Amino acid sequence: MLIKRRTFTKALGAGLAAGALPAFGHQARAADFKAGYVYVGPIGDHGWSYQHDQGRLAADKALGITSTYVEKVPEGADAERVIRELAETGHGIIFTTSFGFMDPTLKVARDYPEVKFEHATGYKRADNVSTYNIRFYEARYIQGVIAGKMSTSGVVGYIGSIPIPEVIMGMNAFILGMRSVNPQGRIKQVFINSWYDPGKEADAAKALLDQGADIIAQHTDSPAPLQVAQERGLKGFGQASDMIKFAPDAQLTSAVDFWDDYYTERTKAAMEGSWASHDVWGGLKSGMLHMAPYANMPDDVKQMAMATEADIRDGKLTIFKGPINAQDGSAKVAAGEVLDDGAIAGMDWLAQGVEGDLPK
Amino acid sequence: MESAVLVSILLSVIAASTPLLLAGIGELVVERSGVLNLGVEGMMLVGAIAGFAVTYSSGSASLGILAAALGGMAMALVFAFLTLTLQANQVATGLALTIFGIGLAAMMGAGFVGHPVPKLPGLDLPLLSAIPVIGPLVFGQDFLVYFSIAAVIGASWFLYRSHGGLVLRAIGDSHDAAHAIGYPVIRIRYLACLFGGAMSGLAGAYLSLSYTPMWAEDMSAGRGWIALALVVFATWRPGRLLLGAYLFGGITILQFHVQTMGLGIPPQFVSMLPYLATILVLCAISSDATRIRLNAPACLGRPFHAAG
Amino acid sequence: MHLEIIARGERSRTWAYLSPVLAIVLTLVTSAFIFAFLGKDPLAALKVMWIDPVLTKRGFAELFVKAAPLVMIAIGLALGFRANVWNIGAEGQFIMGAIFATGVALYFYEVQNWPVWLAMIPAGILGGALWGAIPAFLKLRFNANEILTSLMLTYVASLILLYLVAGPWKDPDGYGFPQSRMFSDAANSPRLISGTRIHVGVFASLGIVILGWFLLQKSMLGFQLKVLGQAPRAAAFAGFSTRGLTWLSLLVGGGLAGLAGMFEVAGPIGQLTPALPTGYGFTAIIVAFLGRLHPIGILFGGLVLALSYLGGEKAQIALGLPAAVVKINQGILLFYLLACDLFIRYRVKIATGRAA
Repeated sequence: MLIKRRTFTKALGAGLAAGALPAFGHQARAADFKAGYVYVGPIGDHGWSYQHDQGRLAADKALGITSTYVEKVPEGADAERVIRELAETGHGIIFTTSFGFMDPTLKVARDYPEVKFEHATGYKRADNVSTYNIRFYEARYIQGVIAGKMSTSGVVGYIGSIPIPEVIMGMNAFILGMRSVNPQGRIKQVFINSWYDPGKEADAAKALLDQGADIIAQHTDSPAPLQVAQERGLKGFGQASDMIKFAPDAQLTSAVDFWDDYYTERTKAAMEGSWASHDVWGGLKSGMLHMAPYANMPDDVKQMAMATEADIRDGKLTIFKGPINAQDGSAKVAAGEVLDDGAIAGMDWLAQGVEGDLPK
Repeated sequence: MESAVLVSILLSVIAASTPLLLAGIGELVVERSGVLNLGVEGMMLVGAIAGFAVTYSSGSASLGILAAALGGMAMALVFAFLTLTLQANQVATGLALTIFGIGLAAMMGAGFVGHPVPKLPGLDLPLLSAIPVIGPLVFGQDFLVYFSIAAVIGASWFLYRSHGGLVLRAIGDSHDAAHAIGYPVIRIRYLACLFGGAMSGLAGAYLSLSYTPMWAEDMSAGRGWIALALVVFATWRPGRLLLGAYLFGGITILQFHVQTMGLGIPPQFVSMLPYLATILVLCAISSDATRIRLNAPACLGRPFHAAG
Repeated sequence: MHLEIIARGERSRTWAYLSPVLAIVLTLVTSAFIFAFLGKDPLAALKVMWIDPVLTKRGFAELFVKAAPLVMIAIGLALGFRANVWNIGAEGQFIMGAIFATGVALYFYEVQNWPVWLAMIPAGILGGALWGAIPAFLKLRFNANEILTSLMLTYVASLILLYLVAGPWKDPDGYGFPQSRMFSDAANSPRLISGTRIHVGVFASLGIVILGWFLLQKSMLGFQLKVLGQAPRAAAFAGFSTRGLTWLSLLVGGGLAGLAGMFEVAGPIGQLTPALPTGYGFTAIIVAFLGRLHPIGILFGGLVLALSYLGGEKAQIALGLPAAVVKINQGILLFYLLACDLFIRYRVKIATGRAA
């Protein structure tokens, strides 16, 4: 089974069903209800935090409430204070949107059992703490398929931020998709050791293209790498949002984080008293992950990409299914074996076809 | 290596080095006048958003570049007023200027996130830019790249060959003596600060109009600090600053190529190369103590008040 | 009409105390105008930013938790700044202190006993001092300017941190995320006041203020540093060792930054994470000068700056102000505080006509 955790759609269904019998279903309460959001970056980063804020705005609009956000919250000692402040000031649900907020969120949640907490990308839960994340790797697989068809050199340049499982599973999904159409496909990867530095992202993109890559994939948030591809008449993939405006002739597609519905449903559930702790890892099927329109590619590639997307959505295609070889060619996942979510979430090995090292 | 690849690598080195050089040459002149402005990062960000906002709104990159310079100068004016007129501590005021600039730039830029502008065009000279290798490198760059090189030559000429430069250096080395001779210490320092602000602003414009043509908060990502360090690296000489900026930019690019080679070195260690190399080279060129002392402005960071 | 600034014969003791008050009044007036311009009730907004953060016991405690590392680092830096040793890499020394302390905590992970925590203290100091020793050595051996070396070493330190948490020190049960495991309880600083995050490090900071005051204001060493900073040649004549004082400045500055790093990982955070460096080392430079390089002044400087951070969070939550406005306010506060020190040494006259 690909989806062992409770899926997002199920959670939504439960939320809606409970919504029919609201616990505190007064109209007056909607205006009083406060949701709080904690961002690690500035909302002006046009990346991770920006997309979360778009989700917040959509949820506010749908529910007719005004929410609070605190941006640029460091993941160290300050996070606990900010989260506590939100809990203290009557926020009924609090979304903490970066991995580093995990332990502070749990600490505060212990002291405020009546407040609902939602922590993005983490793995520790409690009765009043849910976790949620997006299966970004599904988009990577589709991108890999497209790259396999589109790359003439058979080499993709992949810009990583910091070597964490999130980034590694993305690379592996990408190479699996790529090799499904071009068995000789290769990834050259570079880590910029920063989450956020448009200049360095551009530098890395240039270096990878100079090393013979003709398509750029990125696990960093700025459109800088795509701009480089555009300038050189090559192709690439966007990240976090649809970046076609920055690279009208270069963006093939983009993995779009779509938090709008999740934030709306969870806030609504908290308002109505039907909120329950869960763990959601939603992908294409749940609607948390969107593919930006397929562009700048021939029709047959587009058809193939759309078919792949449909197969992943319908569960016909399982991405991390054996046989998968590790970087050195040894068997990592036996034929027929399917990695469970735990194995995917903690991925610390590179698949065959990805070049470069991981720190050990 | 194919020449096309070599050209392309050198082009990326130029792009990585130019913002450091622009901001660095401004700060170098400021420091030569005896003022230490640690607010380069803040001025750079304000320049970046001013340049982007005006280019985006007016459609004219020339106006944008002008606005970036003016934005940087406005920030420098705040610094100069506080430190030169009101005698506030330079180190702390510069750091406060950075905090202020980060906030100001973010506020100015709130409406400009997520919009592209066309990249600053190269000044393609017909025929010349078609010459292999040299053509695109030497004749295909954009205005700010040429300007950064011209600024090095200009600053070098100004500091060592002009009367104004002599006065500026005299003020940096001993403001009391310069004042006694009758040189207008404060006015010259004001002008130097404004020049530094304009250059930091242009460095910002290079980021938001050429390097990565977009606006995003904090997009300078610490380059102002590197520029400051490079002025020290250069031992306050424009020629060495050029060398330092290109060395740093070059190794920044090189480290990505090293990473793809699969040498088994963790990427974090490879990323240390530019910083370590700068320290090593500084040690090598500084060991001759007498030459450094000749260059470091003796009054750097010290407040001046005309007695009597 | 223009401002005429006339030097006083000696520093005004009255203005030494009055100038921060004036600065704060000016900041409040300016902020009120900004808030009004943004459509907020100025008085209510000022209350949210400057009074609300310390109205509760927990808030008051947070003020000290936030100020503690700033003050601790700033005292060490002040030592060097007095002697014209420009260590601007305290951030890197802070990181190395945290790394060394974490090394001890992880090595003795199984030892559930308080000596672990005790051993982390010298480890943190050692880590920071070691990182401060490099610029000292390079300055004295190769004449390499410490502004550059200490700053560059900050970047190196944060990359070492990234390497350790993504590689050898990665939490084995952490799903591969780049951070160390949570320290055992034995490796965390004892919390001293229930319901707050006040830990031993906060009191250590206060202790260092007193120690620093004695050292800088009352001892021969403080005098030597002062002379070295103000008149290097006189210091040489008097037989003070420039080398010794350079070493001392960077070792003490680094050591205290390292100690602050140790208290940060062993206190509020409880593990080594890549998010550890949040700019304390740079902010502490401002704190040092806000406090006019005087330990008691630094204590107040640290508290004011900490309050501005806490108030900034309150303003974002209660008033919906973006972080940018908070930063601008913070910048203005610092400008006023720095500028008002003018009155200590100068009188300002509004004159008409041309200046002489």
